[in-house]
Amino acid sequence: MEVDVMKRIPVREQDPKVRATNFDEVCLGYNKEEAMAEATRCLQCKNPRCVQGCPVNIDIPGFIKEVGEDNVAGAYKVISKYSALPAVCGRVCPQESQCESMCVRGIKGDAVSIGKLERYVADTAREQGIKPEPATEKKGKKVAVIGSGPAGLTCAGDLAKLGYDVTIFEALHKAGGVLSYGIPEFRLPKDRVVAAEVENVKALGVKIETNVVIGKATTIDELLNDEGFDAVFVGSGAGLPRFMGIPGENANGVFSANEYLTRSNLMKAFDDKYDTPIIAGKKVAVVGGGNVAMDAARTALRLGAEVHIVYRRSEEELPARVEEVHHAKEEGIVFDLLTNPTEILVDENGSVKGMTCIRMELGEPDESGRRRPVEIAGSEFTLDVDTVIMSLGTSPNPLISSTTKGLEINKRKCIIAEEENGQTTKEGVYAGGDAVTGAATVILAMGAGKAAAKGIDEFLSK
Amino acid sequence: MFKILKKEYLANNIWLMDIEAPRVAKHCQPGQFVIVKMDEEGERIPLTVCDYDREKGTVTIVFQTVGASTMEMAEYEVGESFEDFVGPLGCPSELIEMPLDELKKEKILFVCGGVGTAPVYPQVKWMKEHGVDVDVIIGARTKDILILEDEMRKVAANLYIATDDGSYEFKGNGCDKIKDLYAQGKSYTKVVAIGPMIMMKFVCLLTKEMNIPTIVSMNPIMVDGTGMCGACRLQVGDEIKFACVDGPEFDGHLVDFDQAMKRQAMYKTEEGRAKLKFEEGDTHHGGCGQCH
Repeated sequence: MEVDVMKRIPVREQDPKVRATNFDEVCLGYNKEEAMAEATRCLQCKNPRCVQGCPVNIDIPGFIKEVGEDNVAGAYKVISKYSALPAVCGRVCPQESQCESMCVRGIKGDAVSIGKLERYVADTAREQGIKPEPATEKKGKKVAVIGSGPAGLTCAGDLAKLGYDVTIFEALHKAGGVLSYGIPEFRLPKDRVVAAEVENVKALGVKIETNVVIGKATTIDELLNDEGFDAVFVGSGAGLPRFMGIPGENANGVFSANEYLTRSNLMKAFDDKYDTPIIAGKKVAVVGGGNVAMDAARTALRLGAEVHIVYRRSEEELPARVEEVHHAKEEGIVFDLLTNPTEILVDENGSVKGMTCIRMELGEPDESGRRRPVEIAGSEFTLDVDTVIMSLGTSPNPLISSTTKGLEINKRKCIIAEEENGQTTKEGVYAGGDAVTGAATVILAMGAGKAAAKGIDEFLSK
Repeated sequence: MFKILKKEYLANNIWLMDIEAPRVAKHCQPGQFVIVKMDEEGERIPLTVCDYDREKGTVTIVFQTVGASTMEMAEYEVGESFEDFVGPLGCPSELIEMPLDELKKEKILFVCGGVGTAPVYPQVKWMKEHGVDVDVIIGARTKDILILEDEMRKVAANLYIATDDGSYEFKGNGCDKIKDLYAQGKSYTKVVAIGPMIMMKFVCLLTKEMNIPTIVSMNPIMVDGTGMCGACRLQVGDEIKFACVDGPEFDGHLVDFDQAMKRQAMYKTEEGRAKLKFEEGDTHHGGCGQCH
């Protein structure tokens, strides 16, 4: 395969017209030839900047070297030292703003396609039946992990590798947290990728109990005092969806992105075999501009709707990954930028019949450094929609903080925890991920889970 | 897996089941609910807890067959299991969280109807066990569809039955019976109303007029039930509340029932289609142009 060192090997994708009508994965990934060719572009820097750009500090040149030598097992072993979920990260990490943004190749040409190579390693290892190896020495200590999302799985995996007896408690009926209920099938296949990564964590000796809501079915204090756990990690994720507080928001046909995505991803409402219903909508507005908004929009599109993204700032400020915005546009999502809803119009049956919006312009920068959107007087217009999906982020779930004495929260109601080791205000209790930071990314949650595993190990080794 | 240990037909398409679920049984309190998912393809169905046995590790649920999922649920037999059974969810009844000496000063009237009789039972039982005397009205269209009458009679200080057609005891609905009790000189400091939304709405309209604080238990559409999806949101006064974490009990005088009833009907077309499919086989897939 011929390689232009300045250009990355393109990755094969499903045709936008075809994929807009199915839930199969958009990106098809590298094959062996493509991966090995891309691996030759890595300069094997002595002082690799990409590693600093990775929240879990994967030895990136190390695994790429193995890919170049067609040693997938070796590459998988390198990555496994740092990450329990490589098939997930290779797909959903914002590499362009992390590892790949630091790549020396990126100064004059394209950065090395680190994410796609990671995905290749994880997928190929799975196909070849390569599993991570459980610890040989046991510590004889028990750790409870609350939540089986990216933070919890990472923390559990790391602790199990150190020889701890780890049990994950998951509130839903399926493990994976946001990987199962939030991120759609076409971006992160549930059986092939998520379930397989969960199985890998189990292969390390981690037990997973589903259907257990901590704070209700049992409490952190009971886990520590009655159930014999020596430490607890809280990775319970984000909670209640935010709404705008505009008239008409409780109308039938207004959903939170969390509800829409949970119905489609976790409950598989898009599949006729499953009983959970979803209202597809004929013309859908998704309010918000983050990754979750893109996921909701592209899900509605696949269910047959015409879809508009309604976002109050301009394209430059869209918080979603560039790749997601690009994919959404390719598939035919309409972007109504510098537009903000002011009212949802409701018919006599209580259903959405339209949405009044106002045009915005960008003014002076606000605290976030982004230019503040300002309403243009008299520019109201009606968007003809029958479904509105609010994707404005979430506020923390109160179930754990309200039932655990001594576990303090900040004024945003997030659990207070040290960044470097996840230590909360309660001894023996650690936390990380969205429960601490508010809604963020999969890899940041994994980084926090990793830091907490180290913190817990230090605490239990005292 | 969560095994069915007992199954009993009560009346009016209402079934009772005892489910083996030790973690739930150990912690559940009157007022809380559970979510049942029968199998891989099933919906997550929220159901109120009717009773529990902490020693046996069982939870009693009561449900009415209203759609395809609940009809399928009624076909499960003793010895079979549900794949998922999660709880307890929601907050315990606010009355049982009150200091007991203050609770004993209250004069409480429970008003229930239909399948709503089930969640009232554990509250009244709890009151009896803690030495608090309460009165209960069960309203029903007709005598044959009454449920849990004998059980309730054992735990209520006074049990009143109101039937719309007068086929048993008082003729009239729950509201008529409240007025009747007041006409007899009774009075109450608190009302708890649980039943169909339309019934709760009218009880609240009456008790607001009579100035009696009233608690209702809401059962809106839910998906996860743990405070994540927001499907169960309700307008309560000036605020949006989530029934699964803020409720299910709310101040009935603040709940926007008209909106809640419209929201509850959101999936009616889909539910009706699924129910037909369950009853008559795979013949109702939509697309006929008549079902929308």
